[in-house]
Amino acid sequence: MATTTPPDRVETTTPDAEVSRAISRERGLTRLSRLQTLGVLFGVLGVTLIASVAGALPGDDITLVFGLGDAAPKAALDPPNTVLGIGILFVVAAMVALLDRWTGRYAGVALAVASVLFVPLVLVCAIALSATNQTNLLPLFVESLRLGTPIALGALAGLWCERSGVVNIGIEGMMLAAAGVSFVTYAVMSGGNGGGWLWAAVVIAIFVGGLMGLLHAVLSVTFRTDQIVSGVAINLLAFGLTAFLRREVLLPSGVSSAVTLPKVTLPVLSDIPLVGSVLFSGKPIFFMMFIVFVVTKVVLFRTTWGLRVRSVGENPHAADTLGIDVIKTRYQAVIVGGLIAGLAGAWFTLETVGGFDNGMTNGKGFIALAALIFGKWRPWSAFGGAMLFGFAEALGSRIQFLNVAVGGFPFPSQFLQVLPYVVTIIVLAGAIGRAIPPAADGIPYERPR
Amino acid sequence: MSRSANRSGDGVRRAIETYFRLAPVTVPIYAVLTAVVVGSVVILAAGSNPIDAYAALFRGSFGSGAAVAKTMARSTPFIIASLAVAFGFKAGLFNIGAQGQLLMGALAAAWVGTWGWVAGVPSVIAIPMVLLAGLVGGLLYGGIPGVLKARTGAHEVIVTIMLNAIAARMAEWLINSRRPRILLDVTASVPHTTPIDAAARLPKLIPGTPLHVGFILAVLLCVVVWFVLQRTTVGFEIRTVGANPHAATYAGMSVSRTIILVLALSGALAGIAGAAEVAGGTTGYLTAGQFRNVGFDSIAIALLARANPFAVIPAAVLWGALLTGAGTMQLQAGVSSDLVFVVQALVILFVAADAIVRWVFRVRRPRDIDVTQDGAFAKGWGA
Amino acid sequence: MSEATDAPRVLEARGISKRFPGVLANDKVGLVVHKGEIVCLLGENGAGKSTLMNVVYGLYHPDEGELLVNGKRVVFTSSADAIRAGIGMVHQHFQLVPVLTVAENVVLGHEIRKGPFLDLARARREVAALSKEYGLAVDPDARVEELSVGAQQRVELIKALYRNADILILDEPTAVLTPAEVDHFFGVVRSLVEAGKSVVFITHKLREVLAVADTVTVLRGGKVVGTADPKTATEESLASLMVGRDVVFEVPKGPAHPGHVILSVRELHVADDRGVPTVDGVHLEVRAGEILGVAGVEGNGQRELVEAVAGMRPPVRGHIQIEGHDIGGWSPRRVTQLGVGHVPEDRAKHGLVGTFSVADNLMLNRYNRRPFSRRLVFERAFIRDNAQRGVKEFDIRTPSVDTPAGSLSGGNQQKVVVARELSGDVKLLVVAQPTRGLDVGSVEFIHTQIIQLRDGGAAVLLVSAELDEILALSDRIAVIYRGRVAAVVPRPEATREGCGLLMAGAGEQAPAAPT
Repeated sequence: MATTTPPDRVETTTPDAEVSRAISRERGLTRLSRLQTLGVLFGVLGVTLIASVAGALPGDDITLVFGLGDAAPKAALDPPNTVLGIGILFVVAAMVALLDRWTGRYAGVALAVASVLFVPLVLVCAIALSATNQTNLLPLFVESLRLGTPIALGALAGLWCERSGVVNIGIEGMMLAAAGVSFVTYAVMSGGNGGGWLWAAVVIAIFVGGLMGLLHAVLSVTFRTDQIVSGVAINLLAFGLTAFLRREVLLPSGVSSAVTLPKVTLPVLSDIPLVGSVLFSGKPIFFMMFIVFVVTKVVLFRTTWGLRVRSVGENPHAADTLGIDVIKTRYQAVIVGGLIAGLAGAWFTLETVGGFDNGMTNGKGFIALAALIFGKWRPWSAFGGAMLFGFAEALGSRIQFLNVAVGGFPFPSQFLQVLPYVVTIIVLAGAIGRAIPPAADGIPYERPR
Repeated sequence: MSRSANRSGDGVRRAIETYFRLAPVTVPIYAVLTAVVVGSVVILAAGSNPIDAYAALFRGSFGSGAAVAKTMARSTPFIIASLAVAFGFKAGLFNIGAQGQLLMGALAAAWVGTWGWVAGVPSVIAIPMVLLAGLVGGLLYGGIPGVLKARTGAHEVIVTIMLNAIAARMAEWLINSRRPRILLDVTASVPHTTPIDAAARLPKLIPGTPLHVGFILAVLLCVVVWFVLQRTTVGFEIRTVGANPHAATYAGMSVSRTIILVLALSGALAGIAGAAEVAGGTTGYLTAGQFRNVGFDSIAIALLARANPFAVIPAAVLWGALLTGAGTMQLQAGVSSDLVFVVQALVILFVAADAIVRWVFRVRRPRDIDVTQDGAFAKGWGA
Repeated sequence: MSEATDAPRVLEARGISKRFPGVLANDKVGLVVHKGEIVCLLGENGAGKSTLMNVVYGLYHPDEGELLVNGKRVVFTSSADAIRAGIGMVHQHFQLVPVLTVAENVVLGHEIRKGPFLDLARARREVAALSKEYGLAVDPDARVEELSVGAQQRVELIKALYRNADILILDEPTAVLTPAEVDHFFGVVRSLVEAGKSVVFITHKLREVLAVADTVTVLRGGKVVGTADPKTATEESLASLMVGRDVVFEVPKGPAHPGHVILSVRELHVADDRGVPTVDGVHLEVRAGEILGVAGVEGNGQRELVEAVAGMRPPVRGHIQIEGHDIGGWSPRRVTQLGVGHVPEDRAKHGLVGTFSVADNLMLNRYNRRPFSRRLVFERAFIRDNAQRGVKEFDIRTPSVDTPAGSLSGGNQQKVVVARELSGDVKLLVVAQPTRGLDVGSVEFIHTQIIQLRDGGAAVLLVSAELDEILALSDRIAVIYRGRVAAVVPRPEATREGCGLLMAGAGEQAPAAPT
């Protein structure tokens, strides 16, 4: 072939893309590439670590334990040298990134490695600065997985919607409605004493989530309401309805704390050393999360219907010319997303707390959205994001528990809690890779005549 | 949709569309009425009398001079914050971040208001200082999504959602942290910031009520925003970018500059809303959970007001009235005060999907419409 | 293929009419396709070729007329019906999902299943088989967004063949291909015909018609103006059929008195939105008091040329000088302030803000200057006067100056744009497609205004896809083809046929003659 022309994506241009094109046309050329910008950040961070942080850490060795009992693996580390090493690696990564014209694709790899190093860096610093010099990582990881569950399920709920071309900022409300309605039903019907109604409540939660999904589909697919507005409406509606239900039904019923879903331990598998007790012992929704992920991955990427869902999210017009019913497919996907959000809602009331409070999802739906974007709309990457954000949360409470102190003051757990959001903004701004949503995400489809 | 409804549907729809063009306020009013009606179904389901409930709600919010003052005081932050959201809408930008910007403005005001020298200057200097602090706090925080969108194309909705969460956590730390103490009033049993100095507090409009000068400020800001949008070249650029960014580029306007400007100014307005609450509230301090949901409610109000700078005033007053009267309703009619949240959510639902309002209407009563008369909708749905 | 006429008729359109608001796109059009035949549909932009084919493919419903497939009358309600009847279409803008693989794109909507799952292995095999059978080389596992345009086109062809299409409609298939790819593509088309398929080939390039067609049907202004046998036809005869001979309008115009050079374009290279270079070394000069018409089939770089001159698109390379200022990298506002008026090609997108009033639209290019505004605040009385003056001088039919511009008729919307861009001290006017879709009265009015401006000493750069418009207005004519100026001809020496040949690339081999 004589020349290779970039692909024609005229049909899939979004208004936003046009605006940003108009913007970039105004600005002319960018001075630093995205990778280089990130490289500068890592460079500054690395130099800071080498120059001031490493020296300031206490020199006592710390011990990381993984598991219970004497046989558990241990690792002893010298904090200043570890931090020094990570700092040097940061600087190296920064240089590779800054010279991306010559290093090519290695620039991205180097930055990815550097990003992963954040986890040990934070851990080592935290323990070095805490009152103890030993900590057990196993419970920390268990807690990360547990706290990551609603985030991961919420991200999946968003994934289904957005892969079909419907933006969903109503995950929070979908989860809250499911959490509230299912718990109120459970409390009223059985007094919160477990049994069959507990499991029925899980089904109700899923159903309520599906109903919220249906509402979102009616508003944004049929009536072509702005999808953001629809999401805001769903969030407010869920808050109002559940608050009202709580006051009118739950409080009079007198049920304040209820039996939650029982812990399940899978035989044999849970006896596997180290990981067995983490992955194969837990509560039902935790397990269901893995099932839902696998099923999502398979259905979305291996079945006919999944292919159609993805195609209406990318180029609904093309799908339409091939005889695919865009409206129906979007309805199905958004409702499936709602069902998953409903399961996530059950996690709060039925699996974890055993009670309901106003607005108890407490922004988890928005973290889920962050995880989805962090994972670039891909199932397992979103799962990774969700678990990373779960880890940040678990580490936050661990740090408080360990009395980690910086400069004589306790380290604020809020600093860790904001990390997911900060990271997502950075990803969104295109610093780490580029988060490209499905091409038709957020655009209502109208058949041309 | 039944077949008969379809047959008469087209003509009726055309008639309704004409009607709505003539009377743009009708859809919001109609949405509110629909919400009230659906709300009364909820009240009935809860075993109470809707008429009693709404009557008590009305008494609690407008039944006496004191109640009206309370309602207006309650509406004040909603007016300013929804004005901020509406301002963004004019440029085609969805500022979901009013929540965070408001919090940042409130924090800045709570901080500046406790500066030592503020106590020593007269109110005419101290009050503007505190409000200016709020403005700057919100402006900077609103500028972040503006710059990110203009520079990288990052969507303002997601960025501001993230910034809201960040603001909430940072406020929690700044307000609650004991070691180091930053804004905390160490003598407080429930953590809150040190009250700002008396000189920086907004005077009350009616002594003995919570109504403060902030309400006047809010109305003035509406006038200013209207003037800027309609009568100045900057407003013309903003509206052009919102209506047709291609034409804006063609006409020599800078789309990216306008995006940054609008989001920063929108943030500044939200920041003023926060500062006015701190300086005008009865306590003069800020707690970490004080503004929960104000930002999202403001989006609903701005939508209800169709982003019109004057219409946000009645829309916000409606919001304030619902919240103010809720307690009376619970006390006198036995309906949970949380019902108002349901009504609010229904209002935004029906405003968001005005197509539903029209659709419902068309299907149910196609023959009763008299589009030549004002209030035709109220006839079918009024209490 | 003389035996083609004895072959059965696989597709016949009879008396098809299709009306769009204000335009009769197809006026009782008839078309016959025999089995194993390549029918070329020839015509200028807007002649109604694509409309006819969209009717055949079930995307539009005709207002009149009927379709016959294999001799049986059919009524299509959607493209799915057309696909079922054995019709496949390769659109000018490909209907592909960029992030999916070739195999996924091909089977989408007609998937092969294995139990509940997608049988991608079989899909891949089928794609490979089709690709081998018809010489359509493409990797079934490649993601479509990574493919060249030519390869994407092959995917579209495989998509149609996978659905067992017997009649293939190819809408301007060569517009996106390089010359080498075009030759290969013709080979593919011939192998399709040998396999018993029938092909409708839409184009406006004469050379291609003569190279592949069995019969030619020429459309102009929504009507069939003739059919020809490519064995006896020449480029000249086809060109004159395509562009027509009847003069549609003639505006009285005196001789030009060219003055000094106002606009000078040298070695200009501009890229389009996708980064593809579409203006490829253009040289132009426009003098005060003359109209330079740029003739050419759309998509040959005219849009990017105009946007670059107006400051809306930074050039990749080269120079644009206006009154001695090198405006490379200038903002549209700075260019406007040099005294440049710009009537954009797409008035709804660029030229107007539909929701704004006529008065606001009439100040869109000068709102920030006195006397429209003073210290950021509008002078409303002046704005109103200005609007009323514009409405009167340019005969804009509007209920009031406060009426939203978007609610006016197309002609009056264009008059708003023209009124705005022609008022003030205009030294250079850049106009693109100034009369597209307008009624005769508006066309004449706008033409008169442009000539008056020229007579007042302004330089005019006129870009139009309508050759008649170029011939009626221009003092000199530059024909643009594939991003280059193929020739510059003084008006008295220009003929419609000569220009038509140059527009269709007949002068491609001849060295370009820069001014």
